[in-house]
Amino acid sequence: MAENLTGFAYLIAAVLFILALRGLSNPESARMGNIFGMVGMAIAVITTLLSPGVVSYWMIILGILIGGGIGTMVALKIQMTQLPELVAAFHSLVGLAAVFVATAAFYHPEAYNIGSSGNIGAGSLIEMALGTAIGAITFSGSVIAFLKLAGKMSGNPITFPMQHPLNAAIGILILLSIIWFCTTESAAAYWVIVLLAFAIGFLLIVPIGGADMPVVVSMLNSYSGWAAAGIGFTLQNPALVITGALVGSSGAILSYIMCRGMNRSIFNVLLGGFGGEGVSPAAAASSGGKSVKPGSAEDAAFIMKNANKVIIVPGYGMAVAQAQHAVREMADLLKEQGVEVKFAIHPVAGRMPGHMNVLLAEANVPYDEVFELEEINHEFSTCDVAYVIGANDITNPSARTDKSSPIYGMPILDCDKAGTTLFVKRSMASGYAGVDNPLFFGDKTMMLFGDAKKMTEEIVQSLG
Amino acid sequence: MDQATIVEKAAQLANEAAALAVRAGEMAASAAQMTVVGTEAGGHGGFLSLFTVFVLAVFVGFYVVWSVTPALHSPLMSVTNAISSVIIVGGLLAAGPAHFDFSKVMGFLAVILASVNIFGGFIVTRRMLQMFKKKVKK
Repeated sequence: MAENLTGFAYLIAAVLFILALRGLSNPESARMGNIFGMVGMAIAVITTLLSPGVVSYWMIILGILIGGGIGTMVALKIQMTQLPELVAAFHSLVGLAAVFVATAAFYHPEAYNIGSSGNIGAGSLIEMALGTAIGAITFSGSVIAFLKLAGKMSGNPITFPMQHPLNAAIGILILLSIIWFCTTESAAAYWVIVLLAFAIGFLLIVPIGGADMPVVVSMLNSYSGWAAAGIGFTLQNPALVITGALVGSSGAILSYIMCRGMNRSIFNVLLGGFGGEGVSPAAAASSGGKSVKPGSAEDAAFIMKNANKVIIVPGYGMAVAQAQHAVREMADLLKEQGVEVKFAIHPVAGRMPGHMNVLLAEANVPYDEVFELEEINHEFSTCDVAYVIGANDITNPSARTDKSSPIYGMPILDCDKAGTTLFVKRSMASGYAGVDNPLFFGDKTMMLFGDAKKMTEEIVQSLG
Repeated sequence: MDQATIVEKAAQLANEAAALAVRAGEMAASAAQMTVVGTEAGGHGGFLSLFTVFVLAVFVGFYVVWSVTPALHSPLMSVTNAISSVIIVGGLLAAGPAHFDFSKVMGFLAVILASVNIFGGFIVTRRMLQMFKKKVKK
């Protein structure tokens, strides 16, 4: 009976987790969803603490106090612009925790009822090996993603010769050591799997560049879920299996959405080297001989003041410059003067899925003024001004027309159809994809050279 | 066949019947024991039912996540992060036993890491969600 009760409690926890995700279908229900998630977690933890195998509590309480304290502090202090690296760091912790749990299960299988040392069932060994391998990949991959996102490591793709053969070789070695581990239950084999998995996680993420990070972060999110599910199988714990499956498929869907936003396959992203293979000749040629039209903040303010409708297109540059508050001020002033203002968000703008939405929300932009690509793209032809701040590739019309361009086929925001396009940019440097943007040289384009935040603040002054 | 032999045979049969009954009882007990061992050792008959749960949960995840609005993809990541830390269950079981060994240390470390994630993940999600506001009607 007690066993049934435990199983039932875990089931409730899993259902609450599903409701937590379900709530995210709109911002109002999401807050409630988050509470469901917390309650589910509390139920899972308390149920486990009451299980007969758990008799000594001091270490557990100490662990929760230390971890909970650190987590709370970090979560309260972190700035929203640092969100992508925070999420990457959190993923790495899930991965490492999975490795620790698998290790504990391997050295003390009695605690999990999966046999005794030296006599663990083959099924449990396979699950353990997979859980720990995926966990280790998640850990080292996320650490690299964190370092890149936090700017502690170059965001450029780092490629080296023999990269793909080396990765393939390590992959095969991991498979072989899993077989070795499952047949002999040798501790050496276990640690070989862990080390090789650490290495492959590192090698997989190092060659991937900054703007591909939305895909990487989602993919690691997915991995952390699969690792949890693997451990769930080892522990015969349905709550863990269900949650792992939810998180795994969630991350996979996000990766797919991000890839679709760039018109690239996941393999293409993982194999890396985007933009490193030389600029396409057509794109390079288009810059020759053409000139851009630079403008000042006063010009921009004048144009926008006299517009009926302005669409603001934010990109990663807005996050770097922390310009979201200035942008909101600008939008408010324009609205006071009777201008209709909307925000257009490309799926891969920024460094993680939904990055721009959070920053705008932080700056108190109401979410019903913020639109996704499909919702707003047809409106560019009826708007007078597109204000592009810190974005580049996602507005590049050669994605529609130039078959030789590396970004050909990528869905873009149709800023070129607006009456006037204002580009806030620090320099003429090309975007992440290494492609020139013909829109810079368009007749209807005005370039506003300068820091995104400073330029926007100057516009705000001229508007006021 | 005289009376004595019949009695003797009857007694013998009764004895055999009794022995059989005992054996049947033993077998039932051992069968019960085997099921217990089976579930406890996670007998991989349980694997299939767990795998069924897993596959169904993948589908649930698939449909639930497609209904998430793109604007909330960042909170989605942080909340999935928090709930995947339910892996703390494994850490608790490892850190729970009375005696101190290597596994207990591993469990302790897993509890710390997962707690960072649970608290951090839910709090940062809450912070994000609180920022999403509708237009204030004037």
